Amino acid sequence: MKAIPAAAPTLVVDGVSVSFRRSGTLIHAVHDVSFFVRPGETLALVGESGSGKSVTNLAIMQLTPPAPRTLVKGRALLTCKDGVTRDLIAASGEQIRAIRGNEIAMIFQEPMTSLNPVLTIGDQIAEAIVLHRRVSKRQALRDAAELVSLVGIPDAAKRLSNYPHHLSGGMRQRVVIAMAISCQPRVVVADEPTTALDVTVQAQILELLKNLQRQTGMAIIFITHNLGVVAEVADRVMVMYGGRLVEEGDALPLFEKPLMPYTAALLNSVPRMDMAGRRDVVLDAIRGSVPDPSHLPPGCAFHPRCNFFVAGRCDATQPPLEEAREGRRVRCLRWREI
Amino acid sequence: MLRFLIQRSLQNVVLLWLVSMIGFGVLFLAPGGPLAQFALVPGMSRAELLRIAEQMGLNRPIPAQYWEWFTRLLSGDWGHSYRDGQPVLWIIGSHLGATLELMVVSATVAVAVGMWVGVLGAIRRYSVFDYLATIGAMIALSIPTFWFGLVTIYVFSVKLAILPAGNMYTIGDGSFWDYVRHLIAPSLVLGLVTVALWSRYMRSSMLEVIHQDYVRTARAKGASEWVVLTRHAIRNALLPMITVAGLQLPTLLSGALVTETVFTWPGMGRLFLDSLSYRDYPVVMGVLMLSAVLVLIGNMLADILYAVADPRIRLD
Amino acid sequence: MTDFTSSTQVAGSTEPTLGKNRARDRFMRHRLAVLGAGMIIALVLLSFAGPYLLPFNDLYIDIRNRFAPPFASIHILGTDPLGRDHLARLMTAGRISMSIGFSAMLIATCVGTTIGAVAGYYGGYLGAALMRLVDAMLCFPSIFLLLAIAAFINPGVASITLIIALTSWMEVARVVEGQMKSLRERDFAVAAELMGGSDRYIIFRELLPNAVGPIVVAATLNVANAILAESYISFLGYGIQPPTPSWGNMLNNAQQYLSSAPWLAIFPGVAITLAVTSFNFIGDGLRDALDPRLDH
Repeated sequence: MKAIPAAAPTLVVDGVSVSFRRSGTLIHAVHDVSFFVRPGETLALVGESGSGKSVTNLAIMQLTPPAPRTLVKGRALLTCKDGVTRDLIAASGEQIRAIRGNEIAMIFQEPMTSLNPVLTIGDQIAEAIVLHRRVSKRQALRDAAELVSLVGIPDAAKRLSNYPHHLSGGMRQRVVIAMAISCQPRVVVADEPTTALDVTVQAQILELLKNLQRQTGMAIIFITHNLGVVAEVADRVMVMYGGRLVEEGDALPLFEKPLMPYTAALLNSVPRMDMAGRRDVVLDAIRGSVPDPSHLPPGCAFHPRCNFFVAGRCDATQPPLEEAREGRRVRCLRWREI
Repeated sequence: MLRFLIQRSLQNVVLLWLVSMIGFGVLFLAPGGPLAQFALVPGMSRAELLRIAEQMGLNRPIPAQYWEWFTRLLSGDWGHSYRDGQPVLWIIGSHLGATLELMVVSATVAVAVGMWVGVLGAIRRYSVFDYLATIGAMIALSIPTFWFGLVTIYVFSVKLAILPAGNMYTIGDGSFWDYVRHLIAPSLVLGLVTVALWSRYMRSSMLEVIHQDYVRTARAKGASEWVVLTRHAIRNALLPMITVAGLQLPTLLSGALVTETVFTWPGMGRLFLDSLSYRDYPVVMGVLMLSAVLVLIGNMLADILYAVADPRIRLD
Repeated sequence: MTDFTSSTQVAGSTEPTLGKNRARDRFMRHRLAVLGAGMIIALVLLSFAGPYLLPFNDLYIDIRNRFAPPFASIHILGTDPLGRDHLARLMTAGRISMSIGFSAMLIATCVGTTIGAVAGYYGGYLGAALMRLVDAMLCFPSIFLLLAIAAFINPGVASITLIIALTSWMEVARVVEGQMKSLRERDFAVAAELMGGSDRYIIFRELLPNAVGPIVVAATLNVANAILAESYISFLGYGIQPPTPSWGNMLNNAQQYLSSAPWLAIFPGVAITLAVTSFNFIGDGLRDALDPRLDH
């Protein structure tokens, strides 16, 4: 965890809500989420499936199904390379296309299916370049070769004419990363980029991302449910549950002293090396299961599974997001007492 | 790619052999049996037939008869027409061109139209267009082609008199434009089924493709909707359609026969029917066998095209 | 241009499956299928009961009203060159055409199911050989094969039904083979085998009943194709021979009067299209209703 210079944030997400229309009813997947990322910083977005972590970021880039099937409210203010701050959510079709890949890029979870099987690696990376920079195809391919080396794939020139099925999962993910950074975006959103990979490859990819960040100063939003990965890469952490932000803060302090019971429970359910061989340690699973966005519990969404639940309070009012201390926010009625 | 093609070729050889056996089986129903195909004149007296049978070995066991018949076919001897004594292959060959022209023109237009209807239906799923296109396709597949041809003739030739009612050329006018005018109605009629089938298959192929991750990746890179649609989605959705096209060949040939009949188009299908009415069995059997062989060749071409188009097979 | 992808995955609600009632409900919701079913019932009633409701049958010759156009006289749909009532003929022809379609389907389904079941269950060389046979049969354009055979035999209702069946069993065989191959691996099949069930028992009492859905769908579409096939060969003159009317041979007769009496050609075609479309709609509806995976 390096010291973060107090620079102005690159991306400010303000009150974003996302709702889906499904057979007549409106399902609220994300409620009023706000956060920011600074240049050179890695923000980890943690949550279980269904917490809304991926949807939030898809909505920012207008990658969710278009209205009227999806309703997106709020603002996502991105300070672009030219200094102008734009609202991504309100951007027109043409504007958002100029921004996607260029100012903000996304890496997805499944490297095996993220690449077009009938186009060469070179063509696909070059496509990303040509879309945003005025260069010839030949120049773009040269740049692509450089990028391929940069992400640690040997024999770059030869690889350009390979097709995705010639590459392993780890290599494909490197290619996806190469595509993402090809235009030097200010923010990269990595949606569980290592979940589908082997542990050793996982470490390599994380190392790669960290190096790239050091070199380019880009901000990374790292979406994951794996707390081990969070510990590796994150400067700041954001925890989501039931479509809402429930805790946010600098990584180390948050791990040492989580304020929201959900965060604490998550940390307790991760096996640690120092537990090895000890009979007295019990791994606490969180009882119950993740709520369905269309049927959220009243009050605090976590209360049915919370060990600190108090009837009458936790199931009656929706806890507001409070600023607990410098840089730390928490959504819990009882955080002071716990 | 080579392994894939060799595998398919071997399968096709087996199919060719099976096809020949089925054809041979059908021949048994014909008066005079299989080798009568090679007899010279119909209505030969029983004694003559027996003599030729002797000569050709019709008294031999069935596998031997089959072998005799099959090897003759392979060597190009498909018998001679009862009507004018010409070699069967030559007669069929002189009619094949017209059928191929009709099929190619019809298929080209129909595939282009069907493909885009299918694509539109997929990207605007459950819209009014999609609903109408689906119902339209199902009705189009239920309309008897010959009836559609008759209705077309009635509307465009009888009532509106803007298109000729049949044949390939008007007597006395062999110009290209005259040929085109004669080609319009039969191509459209023949193409109806192709449009319907392609629109439905393309729609489901597109639906599978547009939910793939790489389409989302392309969009996330900032590609325009058109590029995402054509370069990424349609390009991948077309691959399985190559196989579909191959599988449609028999249907297309059947349709061609019927269309040629209604529009008196001088192709292989018309030849087949004429020969049937004249009891010219050598030609009948020749066309039957050739149609199956054409289907096999067509499928082989589709296999090759698919192997070339899909890099996962081409470079393996 | 807004993006065209339909949906992203949202943590969704799951609906409980309720088996047969659910299938029936799904079928009923499929408006076209219900329409198709209604149409078929109407057509069948018209064809089989209709002639008793008309004042004349299809053989009655009304000399004074020959070539009557539709809606102009007591002959609602007009008369043919001989003065026979067109509607009556259509109905009688309907009996023939639809019966042939249905019977051909029954035979084709039996043959196809047997071959497909054997091929799918036993697999190996036998299965491969049988499926290659299916592929080879499919290489012949159906009309060519039908006509060739029809020309060699004496055409009658029974023989036409038979040859239509003989050229259409392949689709059913493919469907059944595919079903058998996948069902064979399922736990209940393995359990039956371990219990010592004979092959025939396993195929007929365990596996096939689970494949009924796709077989029924294939059979429905088979009827549609059979009706179409009969119309084609009868139109071309090698199917049902006059004086027995079928929708196909009525169209054959109508060809020469296309400009003078178009109604003779229009109505039989409409009838065929209605019948075939209806079966296609029903087949589509059945496919959706019986597919256990569909829950969108």
